[in-house]
Amino acid sequence: MTKVFTRPKSLTDKPFHYCPGCTHGIVHRLVAEAIDELGIREKTIGVAPVGCAVFAYEYFNCDMQEAAHGRAPAVATGIKRVLPDRVVFTYQGDGDLAAIGTAEIVHAATRGENITVIFINNAIYGMTGGQMAPTTLIGQVTATTPYGRDPGKAGYPIRMSEMLATLEGSAYIERVSVHDIKHINQAKRAIKKAFETQLAGKGFSMVEVLSTCPTNWGMTPVEALKWLEQNMIPCYPLGVKKEGK
Amino acid sequence: MSKVLMKGNEAIAEAAIQAGCRYFFGYPITPQNEIPAYMAKRLPEVGGCFIQAESEVSAINMVYGAAGAGARVMTSSSSPGISLKQEGLSYIAGAELPCVVVNMVRGGPGLGGIQPAQSDYFQATKGGGHGDYHLVVLAPSTIQEAVDLVMEGFDIADQYRNPVMILGDGMLGQMMEPVEFRPLSSKRELPLKTWATTGYTGDRPRNIINSLFIDPQALEEHVKRIYQKYEEIKKNEVKVECYNCEDAEIIVAAYGTTARIVKSVIQKAKREGINVGLIRPITLWPFPTSTFEEWAQREHVKAFMSVEMSMGQMVEDVRLSVNGRKPVYFYGRTGGMVPEPNAILSEIKKVIGGVSR
Ligand SMILES: Cc1ncc(C[n+]2csc(CCOP(=O)(O)OP(=O)(O)O)c2C)c(N)n1
Ligand code: SF4
Ligand SMILES: [Mg+2]
Repeated sequence: MTKVFTRPKSLTDKPFHYCPGCTHGIVHRLVAEAIDELGIREKTIGVAPVGCAVFAYEYFNCDMQEAAHGRAPAVATGIKRVLPDRVVFTYQGDGDLAAIGTAEIVHAATRGENITVIFINNAIYGMTGGQMAPTTLIGQVTATTPYGRDPGKAGYPIRMSEMLATLEGSAYIERVSVHDIKHINQAKRAIKKAFETQLAGKGFSMVEVLSTCPTNWGMTPVEALKWLEQNMIPCYPLGVKKEGK
Repeated sequence: MSKVLMKGNEAIAEAAIQAGCRYFFGYPITPQNEIPAYMAKRLPEVGGCFIQAESEVSAINMVYGAAGAGARVMTSSSSPGISLKQEGLSYIAGAELPCVVVNMVRGGPGLGGIQPAQSDYFQATKGGGHGDYHLVVLAPSTIQEAVDLVMEGFDIADQYRNPVMILGDGMLGQMMEPVEFRPLSSKRELPLKTWATTGYTGDRPRNIINSLFIDPQALEEHVKRIYQKYEEIKKNEVKVECYNCEDAEIIVAAYGTTARIVKSVIQKAKREGINVGLIRPITLWPFPTSTFEEWAQREHVKAFMSVEMSMGQMVEDVRLSVNGRKPVYFYGRTGGMVPEPNAILSEIKKVIGGVSR
């Protein structure tokens, strides 16, 4: 009998701790598949964030470093400068990357740091119990925007991909989604391309993945996927934001 | 090797290079700017890498990544910048990564000033960031000593997998003295960095650099293991200079720049027939507690006095060490004011007048 579906070599056999229907697990798998297909697991070093993916170092079957909240791009910079022939990636949430770690991501990108960033935009702080993220939509109810996000008080959603694409140091930036099979396949291609960008030495690459947090959005997994498609994509248009350096 | 005349900050940078440091991540702040500038010039010559980071927060996290990848790495800053590095230092200590951090202390709190101070003693020696941990803190009082301690500092960091801080001040960084870059007198057996994240090929366990232990029991065990390491450091690494303590009526405790001033005070006092000794901690952590204990038991020593460029920080460790055996006094200037020899001497006379009626 031939096996048609198996765990990627770049994932450990540790069961994910994510909530049912959370898309973190899907993205982990896509990253691991890309690493497997490119045959780079032995030379890949990952950097885990602070957020729901804090235990990423237990799941990715490669050497890993756990960074402080938001600091993953700086940590990755340190690793990459010491080991320029290795592949270095960070995996970060939207609180991690777009709030507390804004300086780190902007400057890693503007330096053209030859690393790959997987950016999980789920429009909320998952781990701490559903507070507003910089990416929270206008009107979205969270623990800290109980009346809905009011731009007069809490500002507007931040589009990191578009922002980083304006920097000359960024080489490849794409926003994808994982709300259905078609988009999951597209996300996989983008993640692979981001690693290829790094392998070609072209500089900073990032894939922003629109994701769900059914638990803190107060929805079933299926409702959450639909909500993502109907509400997040209009605010965060999918597609390549930067390419071809 | 012959001596060269060098500015303190530049000598510290060159010492790091001589010690095999090839990575430096920094952010400009007075009075340490010569260190990153020197590194920016020198590191490319030796195949290393310098980055001017976007902040001290980023710089220390680059240090984390580079140290975790197995490199000898350094950062430097001054007081306000060192405050920003505290988060990273806590993570580095928790993940047990070796690195050297230089603090050329300036007056505080807040933006403070840019003149020399010793008011970061608490921050340096008591942990500074969150959680149970210590840095090894080395406090040179001459540029030659700074060079030697930087070089040994990298070895200490590697041996114990713990961050080491060089605690200087603006004076030490800015002045010039002849220095020699000489091999370390003590050769240490340094463990291989088998734990570094260099790529997992399957011929060793997967390496993870981490300070997260979600199970409290596991975290307690982790911290206790680190503290066993600290016991070793306390046993092996205390450095202290005792100067003119035999027959001293009063012993002054001072470190770094202040200790240099106190030495000149001691000569002055001698000419006036007053016998003053100096205990100069070279390691501020581990603190030379037993040295103070020993001298406190001597009959001829009537009192101790801590002299600092602060409102009185090291004096707390002196008091703990002397432990009530003799009175402990304090004299200090702060905010970038440097204590004057005459003022120190008159404080000494006041103390002697009070304790040896
Ligand atoms: C310095 C610091 N501040 C705050 C926290 C608490 N904290 C942990 S995770 C998190 C937010 C994570 O949200 P996000 O990055 O969006 O990741 P998600 O959980 O949504 O995947 C916060 C604020 C922390 N660990 N460290
Ligand atoms: S809290 Fe949200 S982001 Fe975190 S695991 Fe659960 S569903 Fe996923
Ligand atoms: Mg989030």
